[in-house]
Amino acid sequence: MMRRYTPKNDVQKKAYYNDRFWVAPQTPKGIVEEDEKFATDLERLKANFTVGDNYTELGFFVVNIDAKENFEVVKFCKEELGYRMLTEVSAIDYLADDGEFEVFYQMLNLKERKRIRIKCRVKEDQAIESVEPLFRSADWSEREMFDMYGVKINNHPYMKRILMPDDWQGYPLRKDYPLQGDEFAQWYEVDKIFGKEARDIIGPEIRDGAMIDRYDTERFARLGHEVPFGADISDGEPDTQIQYQEEGGVPLIGKMDPKKSKTIERR
Amino acid sequence: MAQHQVNYAANGGLPVALTTVDKLVNWGRSNSLWPMTYGLACCAIEMMATGASRYDFDRFGTIFRASPRQSDVLVIAGTLTKKHAEFMRRLYDQMAEPKWVISMGSCANTGGMFNTYATVQGADRVVPVDIYLPGCAPRPETLQYALMLLQQKIRRESADMNKNRDKRVV
Repeated sequence: MMRRYTPKNDVQKKAYYNDRFWVAPQTPKGIVEEDEKFATDLERLKANFTVGDNYTELGFFVVNIDAKENFEVVKFCKEELGYRMLTEVSAIDYLADDGEFEVFYQMLNLKERKRIRIKCRVKEDQAIESVEPLFRSADWSEREMFDMYGVKINNHPYMKRILMPDDWQGYPLRKDYPLQGDEFAQWYEVDKIFGKEARDIIGPEIRDGAMIDRYDTERFARLGHEVPFGADISDGEPDTQIQYQEEGGVPLIGKMDPKKSKTIERR
Repeated sequence: MAQHQVNYAANGGLPVALTTVDKLVNWGRSNSLWPMTYGLACCAIEMMATGASRYDFDRFGTIFRASPRQSDVLVIAGTLTKKHAEFMRRLYDQMAEPKWVISMGSCANTGGMFNTYATVQGADRVVPVDIYLPGCAPRPETLQYALMLLQQKIRRESADMNKNRDKRVV
């Protein structure tokens, strides 16, 4: 699907920032009862579980269920409906909207070539059942979900952070987590290695990648004008020729003279 | 009987070389820099290429060692994450003096494009760095040049390690 074309002739004249990307493209949603592939699946799900909003979207059968029944629904889809493969487990942060996560399971039926997405809503402090006994692949996915969002999983064999360090505080993929980290994150390595006392010595992180201080010789060096660490160059600095070897050379290693070297025309 | 006479005084032919201890020791140190086999991200691929036959780090006397106890140089080749910073510092501490650090690539220098919560914004927050090598990723030639600059730096230093010891924590 292509983004709608907008004329960009006057784009330079517009000084203000115009975000052209914030509207997520909406894909057409179909009715499951009219879909020949998924109609029976929905019927059988409805007969056994409480089924919420459901539709088809981009070849997916999307169904909302109760979070308390997530294990049973996934088990039913695996054993009764033939979705033998769990391809994705993750969560979406809707905490700002209604204090909930949306946890989704995507499954694939290899025989009938169809896919299902099972969604459920969990409160921030509500735990859901692990589907790891059904699918080994859910092990790491659920650990990642816990690591990044703080979704709590019951009966998981090894509930531990998977990417961040074990002593990390906060859940980085939540929408309220700052991209550059909170105070804990910004001082993490300093606190851990040197202790909090070293914060004053090492100083805060420099997050402005474009920052250049011409006279700061501790952090910057001008190419061709290198000076010793921490030298005062407010009165200007000497030129330093780029040389691959010191004047006079090194024992056993001859100094290359560019004038004496010869470029051969042909090999 | 033929008189075989060597005029040692002529043409600088004395079999005696006069030098200083500093120069001799630094000559040895600078020409056998052993870096640690330690790659963190894509820069490590360039580091491996530098060590391999085409660019041939061995001709500088630079042989990658698989243990910090045997290495002189730590080439921080890649993105240093906050989770890993502790372990890199530990490896650095395990290296025997004298030791030097080359920070290779934008990520190790400043965090690079990873201006995020999980990346150390410059490896010099954790270990003292001698050479900052820019690039993303730096080509093998530039890593060789960085090593040559490090060699020059070593030759300028005193052989007495206590005189060189950095007063900075990092």
